[in-house]
Amino acid sequence: MADFSAPASQGRRRFLGGLAAAGGGCLLALGGALHSRQAAALPAQALRPPGALPEDEFLGACVRCGLCVRDCPYDTLKLAPLGDSVAVGTPYFAAREIPCEMCEDIPCVKACPTGALDRDLTDINKSRMGLAVLIDHETCLNFLGLRCDVCYRVCPVIDKAITLDMLHNPRSDRHALFLPTVHSEHCTGCGKCEKSCVLPEAAIKVLPAKVAQGKLPEHYRKGWEEKAKHGGSLIGEQIEMPVRGLEGSAQ
Amino acid sequence: MNTTALPAIADRSWLSRHKWLLARRFSQFAIFALFLSGPWLGWWIVKGNLSSSLTLGVLPLTDFYLLLQTMAAGHVPFRDALLGAGIVVAFYLLVGGRTYCSWVCPVNVVTDAAGWLRNRLKLKGGHTPHPATRYWLLAGTLLAAAATGVTAWEFVNPVSMTQRALIFGMGFAWTIVLAVFLYDLLIAPRGWCGHLCPMGACYSLLGHGALLRVSAYRRDACNDCMDCFRVCPEPQVIRPALKKVSPGDTPLILDAQCTNCGRCIDVCQPDVFRFTTRFDRRTEP
Repeated sequence: MADFSAPASQGRRRFLGGLAAAGGGCLLALGGALHSRQAAALPAQALRPPGALPEDEFLGACVRCGLCVRDCPYDTLKLAPLGDSVAVGTPYFAAREIPCEMCEDIPCVKACPTGALDRDLTDINKSRMGLAVLIDHETCLNFLGLRCDVCYRVCPVIDKAITLDMLHNPRSDRHALFLPTVHSEHCTGCGKCEKSCVLPEAAIKVLPAKVAQGKLPEHYRKGWEEKAKHGGSLIGEQIEMPVRGLEGSAQ
Repeated sequence: MNTTALPAIADRSWLSRHKWLLARRFSQFAIFALFLSGPWLGWWIVKGNLSSSLTLGVLPLTDFYLLLQTMAAGHVPFRDALLGAGIVVAFYLLVGGRTYCSWVCPVNVVTDAAGWLRNRLKLKGGHTPHPATRYWLLAGTLLAAAATGVTAWEFVNPVSMTQRALIFGMGFAWTIVLAVFLYDLLIAPRGWCGHLCPMGACYSLLGHGALLRVSAYRRDACNDCMDCFRVCPEPQVIRPALKKVSPGDTPLILDAQCTNCGRCIDVCQPDVFRFTTRFDRRTEP
């Protein structure tokens, strides 16, 4: 009996061992996958290099080799070490530390072997690393009525990505406020504005576009734009109603 | 890494008993020196890291397991990465996939150290996982990439974590290195490299037709001292060749798990082993 049972039990043991291996292997891989989902969230102050694919695609395409880091002439980019809040080994930069200098030849994109940085990006002005947001109206010197203007002056896409919009200053009542205003269709998210904000903590910050931007519902139409496009009102002439209730006002 | 030298070994010089080990350590060290000469000294010979690199501005090399993961995640790689992985695959098809493990991979130094210490401390037993676990893990990591759309294993992969930490900055990667070391030392002898690592498993797939092989060409001189089995990271590969139980009675170690580390050549007192090609089936008395 022993002669027959020995190989059979060995085979069974091997089978069970293999099963445990399969289970263990799959569990470990699943753990890795779950961990990755959690670790894949990019913190708002970490910006991807120019041309980076959308974050979820980027994390499937980047092999974390650091060739973009090596070819960045300004040492802007770095690979996230383990323990950082950015997905380990992936390239990013922090605008407040070293912003992107927007090299015309985009060496980081050319260095990327996998295409995680998209080679279709040939004009650095078309890159969208993030979006500058004047996030704190309470401390921005221009909002306080001073003429700081530094973020506006350093902007590589000056007068397009950041403009100074003049408003009446109600505090002094005879001065102007020159409000730095970011325009998303031109801002590359290079971070030079955030880097050079003179405050101890920047009032203007570059954030991922997804965090920074609102979105109008698809069906919204701006009446004044439609009117201009049409060359006149789309619903015919409207009856002008008299304005009442302002009789006592200063006007 | 076995330094408990038997009396028989003592009459060969220390150098001749360690020449392949030294050659491997030199290779592992030199590869990292090439990567670090750029950032440290400004001599840019190799850029990038073991995941993907560019040598002298012309030679792209890409880790093919990593590339497989990106493809499993649904990414279509740019040609540089495909070319780089192609060169890597061609090279390891020639020299044996797991040659990467013993001549390049820095984790090998860690697990060798754990194995050495295990011998020194005479730690016995432990719970090694089933040897096929690495292949399940390999499949699991690729499935995880496919399911999540990201290279999921790279969030935990000790191999890429270690080599990247050496080249781009350590962070907390030392915790992973320590974990692998302790696992091999206290839980599973030769556990990580020999049973779990999906990267090694992936490279072993390239080892079935390797040109460069170890031959037990003087197996008749074997005195059954078991030194080779003690130092071998994959001891099961030796027996078919040494004990004449392989199909065709070849003295060649043809198992894809052989890492071509050459430690058996180093430690063998009667000089049973040597490096040769897979076509060299000669034996000598």
